[in-house]
Amino acid sequence: MPKRLLENINFVSLFLAIFRISIIALIVIGSFNTLRAGTYTGQQWFNLVVSGLAQGSIYALIALGYTLVYGVLLMINFAHGEVFMAGAFTAFFVADALARSGFLNQNPILAILILLLVAALVSSSIAVLLERIAYRPLRTAPRLVPLITAIGASFFLQYTFRGLYGSGFRAYPQVEMLRGTWQVGGFTVPIVQPVVFIAALIMMLGLYYFVDRTRTGRAMRAVSEDKQAAALMGIDIDKIIVITFAVGGALAGAAGVMNGLYRPQGVSFIMGFFPGIKAFTAAVLGGIGNVPGAMLGGLFLGVFESVGPNLILEGLGVPAANQLKDAIAFTMLVLVLVFRPQGILGERLAEKKA
Amino acid sequence: MQIQSVRTEQVDWRQVLRFGGLAGVVILYTSAVGMVASFSQRSLVAGWLSLGEVLLFGAAFAGGYILAHRLVQLHRPGHVLLAGLVNGAMAGLPLTAVLLVAQLIDMRRIFVNISPALLELVSLGQGLPGLGLFVLTTAVLGLLGAGSRVTPDKWRRPVLTGLIGMVLIGLFSELFNQILRPILGRQTMGLFLLANSLRPLTAVGLFAVIATTTAVWQAKGQNLRDSVRTLPATRQTQLTWSGRALGVLILLSLPMILGLYLSEVLDNVGLFILMGLGLNIAVGLAGLLDLGYVANYAIGAYVMATLTTGGGPGGEGLMSFWAALPISVICAMIIGFVFALPVLRMRGDYLAIATLGFGEITRILVLSDWLAPILGGAQGILFIPKPELFGFVFRGPEQFYYIILAGCAVAIFVSWRLNNSRIGRKWMALREDEDVAASMGINLVKTKVLAFTISAAFGGLAGGIFAAKLGTVFPQSFTLLISINVLSLIIVGGMGSVPGVIMGAFVLVGLPELLREFAEYRLLLYGALLVVMMRSRPEGLWPSETRRRELHSDEDEPPLDEIPGATEFNVEIETGVR
Repeated sequence: MPKRLLENINFVSLFLAIFRISIIALIVIGSFNTLRAGTYTGQQWFNLVVSGLAQGSIYALIALGYTLVYGVLLMINFAHGEVFMAGAFTAFFVADALARSGFLNQNPILAILILLLVAALVSSSIAVLLERIAYRPLRTAPRLVPLITAIGASFFLQYTFRGLYGSGFRAYPQVEMLRGTWQVGGFTVPIVQPVVFIAALIMMLGLYYFVDRTRTGRAMRAVSEDKQAAALMGIDIDKIIVITFAVGGALAGAAGVMNGLYRPQGVSFIMGFFPGIKAFTAAVLGGIGNVPGAMLGGLFLGVFESVGPNLILEGLGVPAANQLKDAIAFTMLVLVLVFRPQGILGERLAEKKA
Repeated sequence: MQIQSVRTEQVDWRQVLRFGGLAGVVILYTSAVGMVASFSQRSLVAGWLSLGEVLLFGAAFAGGYILAHRLVQLHRPGHVLLAGLVNGAMAGLPLTAVLLVAQLIDMRRIFVNISPALLELVSLGQGLPGLGLFVLTTAVLGLLGAGSRVTPDKWRRPVLTGLIGMVLIGLFSELFNQILRPILGRQTMGLFLLANSLRPLTAVGLFAVIATTTAVWQAKGQNLRDSVRTLPATRQTQLTWSGRALGVLILLSLPMILGLYLSEVLDNVGLFILMGLGLNIAVGLAGLLDLGYVANYAIGAYVMATLTTGGGPGGEGLMSFWAALPISVICAMIIGFVFALPVLRMRGDYLAIATLGFGEITRILVLSDWLAPILGGAQGILFIPKPELFGFVFRGPEQFYYIILAGCAVAIFVSWRLNNSRIGRKWMALREDEDVAASMGINLVKTKVLAFTISAAFGGLAGGIFAAKLGTVFPQSFTLLISINVLSLIIVGGMGSVPGVIMGAFVLVGLPELLREFAEYRLLLYGALLVVMMRSRPEGLWPSETRRRELHSDEDEPPLDEIPGATEFNVEIETGVR
């Protein structure tokens, strides 16, 4: 029996090793070919990286929601992408109204703050409702049960918003102030990208301060370390969990507005699926449960996804490589889950999940 | 407050109001997402009752009933009835308030379904004053709901069964019309039905018949069951066998009875039964939540398509349907095997999301221009020839029914045998606890890989048949929604239970196709069902016995000596017979 077991393990490890080597080889060969062919100029590469950073900071904000919830409940809130969608979709109507009244372009900063507030409120309340209705009754249930509930809740939310707001695709109004470009050291950058990136960075720093320095944040960390012990120290576990969902939801809502500013097109009830999955990838990449990890993971995924198709796939001779952008993100997801489920920064998973 | 007996205690009115408010939110929700307006297209009793109205007023009635159910133990009937009335009025208020606000501000720009059409429907065509009528109606219905709970069982059961039966028959009157019209003729059907809904007289008649039958059954049913039970054993086996023979006969002749459209529906249900049984092996038996199941379906379909088409209509492909079908299955199994290897070490949620990733990668690759020369890209593959057997061409859904039926029969047989096999028990052990299973000497790698591979085979089979049946394959047919659909049906039916999967497929795939109004809200209902099922009945509607016992272990665990064989086992342990 031990011999047979050994054989099996060897076979699987062999398969995985070949898999890993061939992936690395493909990446190296692809990048080498592209760079040698010199298809893209430095300006183009720079643009890809900066737009990747902007997109990545949006992923990072959503990823924080996954990571915070995972921290306190050890569950993956599969419906978090829908929380993002709820905020983004609702704020669209506010943005639309503001744009029609002219307020959006007269007073853009205040208008965007209003949008952020509305989206954060909506997303936050959806996240709290989700916790109260779908997750709280199942906290002690077998492992698969909350996950299936989360999948159900995800579709329920999607189609609820489809019913409420209609099934068409909308587009955020353009903010005049964010339309131009900046010149940075010889490179041209569309203003919106650094703005989104910096705004996201400010929010992330705020969250880091909240988790690291405030009383509630400390309680949150205590709950994620050990629920029973935290309860014995007089922490109201339910309250902390609700706060966690609310904070995660608010960040997702804010991310929804920034997504609308960055990519106005495609606001609809299904807009949460891809960002949700990608943000989850980012969260795992950074080590789920780890706050700075989620931020780094998001930025890394954004850049990789933006540069990857042109850098790797074109070098391999794949036509229309940009169609495969989402495939790159999913491949990344699978690779991370297979080879480094504890993420780049996280070591906590090893003891908690495995 | 004086407490004379338990039943005179004061009603907690805040609870009643909260409960009514909840019913009101449900009514507001179903209206705002457009279900009410959309369902009102389906008329149940011509001119009198539509499904939309059942939805609108049913919540008030059900709210009253459930509230009364809670209160009836502790309070006087009069108080309970009053509570029902208040509850019903509360249930009507939120929607009324929203509709009143909608008169002042036009909300249609945002909430597309808060429309004049909804007002028309809610106010029963009376305009704004009709809203008062609406609240009055919900109040009365709340009262009736509470009243029906207070009336004795002898009356309540027949009346409620009659009402529900009438609504159901009204709901499916189109179905009855399609089946019965060729037999009874258009004239006769016209006497009962009016444009696919019941005539009012028919409805009353149905209600009377069903209610009387229930009442009679309530009184006499026990006798009948007893008389069957007291029959001699040989007669009983004769009865069961003739029942089975009749069942097979009906199954074989269904397409002839049902006609084209219903055969198509039945085919779809069959394909989902196939996939459901496949996924059931991974999810239900082995506890491996696979969200990328659609990949197997897609691979089966694309292998079938590429092997049997030969450029243009009527072109000769590489091989026939019958030769390609096993290859579809084998390819799906190979992919299932390959996908299983990297995810072997993952558990629970990570496994689910990794498999979801596989499913999406498959779809994106199939859709891409990169693989378009082989797989057709967004255009898909056209002109897949129809299968032929001894000169008999399986042209339409009525003929394909037999292929699907055969496939389902094989799948059911395999699942049934697997359920009770050694490997089946290994899977269940794996589902319960991987570490314990491993320490019991179960080879985790082999067991998991086998679960994924066999599960994939069923998906490949379904995909191959699907491609030939449709005659074309498009990447759009293979979205994540298929995986979710299959997952929902096994969860609603009962994880790990073969009859549960079959029932789940009929309910979740068959019903929405019969009721077109449901189609738009299908995924909304699936999502809600998943949440509700997980909260209230995680073992499914038709659970397998083990599953039910383990999920309710804390509630009704039978004492040890009630489990069959347990005493013997204990004796064996104690005396060391083994």
